Amino acid sequence: MTMIRVENLKKSFGNLEVIKDMSTVVEEKEVICVIGPSGSGKSTFLRCLNRLEEITGGHVYIEGVDITDPKIDINKIRQDVGMVFQQFNLFPHKSVLENVILAPMKVKKSDRKASEAKAYELLDKVGLREKAKAYPGELSGGQKQRVAIARALAMDPKIMLFDEPTSALDPEMVGDVLDVMKQLAREGMTMVVVTHEMGFAAEMGDRVLFIDGGYIVEENVPKELFGNPQHERTKAFLSKVL
Amino acid sequence: MDTIMNAFPYLMEGLQVTLYIFAIAIVIGFLIGLVVALFRLAPLKILNWIAKIFVDAIRGTPFIVQLFFIYFGLNSLDFISLDNTTAGIVTVAINAGAYFSEIIRAGIQSIDKGQTEAARSLGLNSTQNMRYIILPQAFRRMLPTITNQAIISLKDTSLLSVIGVADLTQEGRIQASATFDAFNVYLILGIIYFVVIYLLSMLASFVERKFVLR
Ligand SMILES: Nc1ncnc2c1ncn2[C@@H]1O[C@H](COP(=O)(O)OP(=O)(O)OP(=O)(O)O)[C@@H](O)[C@H]1O
Ligand SMILES: [Mg+2]
Repeated sequence: MTMIRVENLKKSFGNLEVIKDMSTVVEEKEVICVIGPSGSGKSTFLRCLNRLEEITGGHVYIEGVDITDPKIDINKIRQDVGMVFQQFNLFPHKSVLENVILAPMKVKKSDRKASEAKAYELLDKVGLREKAKAYPGELSGGQKQRVAIARALAMDPKIMLFDEPTSALDPEMVGDVLDVMKQLAREGMTMVVVTHEMGFAAEMGDRVLFIDGGYIVEENVPKELFGNPQHERTKAFLSKVL
Repeated sequence: MDTIMNAFPYLMEGLQVTLYIFAIAIVIGFLIGLVVALFRLAPLKILNWIAKIFVDAIRGTPFIVQLFFIYFGLNSLDFISLDNTTAGIVTVAINAGAYFSEIIRAGIQSIDKGQTEAARSLGLNSTQNMRYIILPQAFRRMLPTITNQAIISLKDTSLLSVIGVADLTQEGRIQASATFDAFNVYLILGIIYFVVIYLLSMLASFVERKFVLR
């Protein structure tokens, strides 16, 4: 089943054309890693997939629904598309548990008991059950990001989007977060991951997208893309990061 | 000492009126402020304009002129009749509302946009985002400025004595001339205002500590 279909996506900020023409397809249970130079539009691409950015042109289909159609209920779509941010964006005025149960209770109208049970299960999964009553300000970066993942998972999304989830972390915290993501991938979550972690992309990616200059320059299985890049720009980029 | 003993009960009656007017006006003012702030930030241009004109009009004119406009100006119209207390409450509420709206707007805008993005990505709509994520954080941050404005509004109520509202200041004026002891009466008057405002700030910092941002 096709989870995400991107057709001739365009995105401009005023006169700045960040995404000129991108098309790709993400199948169920695939893990797609997105790499590219800073400012090349990786985040923008990802944010078009749940319409956090208004799309300038082209189409994005999530499970067959065209989210560029203004008539669709985007809030409904977003329930199926979890997102994890570089800066975590936990709600600082709410405890870890409250962060996780908020959306299920307010959006899905789940009752508190069921939401909490589910939240504890997810906090177990990310190894943070004992932090349920803590506030985000009391957590390390790596712990915050794992809570953010649990918070997104609480909505039972079918797709998870990650925007450089480990870039703001101290090196010793990166492993914990990547481990959670790997487990998620192994459980069959459909994932689109913008990352600078080439190791993760090589190990977990079903495909890697190299973005530059407003286009998907190259798209391939990691072994090919890293081992045998076809385009000059891919080669130049990889020679800098590998 | 005699003066004070005689004047004090009247001043306390005036204080009651002052606090009554203040309490009602500040609550209404806060609601006005909230609505105007949301208008100001709404995606609809016409609402932005209404809010901006309202705020500019209030900020650009003296309180006493606003009071006269509402009490004398509006009352001169056939279909409106406001007693002086009501006119006073309305003026303080509208005046505070304009200033509150600017405070609330700044508070809302001070919250990192990542908060909204996280909330929206979870499927919260914009109203839920405001209610559960943005406003609770903004209010904690705004509390000191809100307290400040509340204190200014409390002091503004003393101007209602000009239209004959029997507030604390008005009682003070009456007692000052009745007792021929302006020095002591106005001294006491000042002390009463000071104590009330001091208690108000204490209450605010207590609330602040209780809801400290983590
Ligand atoms: N809201 C915005 N308004 C105007 N320009 C923007 C906005 N968001 C992004 N841009 C611009 O779009 C371009 C792509 O930004 P984007 O954040 O998508 O890049 P990126 O590939 O994620 O970079 P990084 O690796 O640094 O995160 C940049 O030039 C950026 O300045
Ligand atoms: Mg980015």
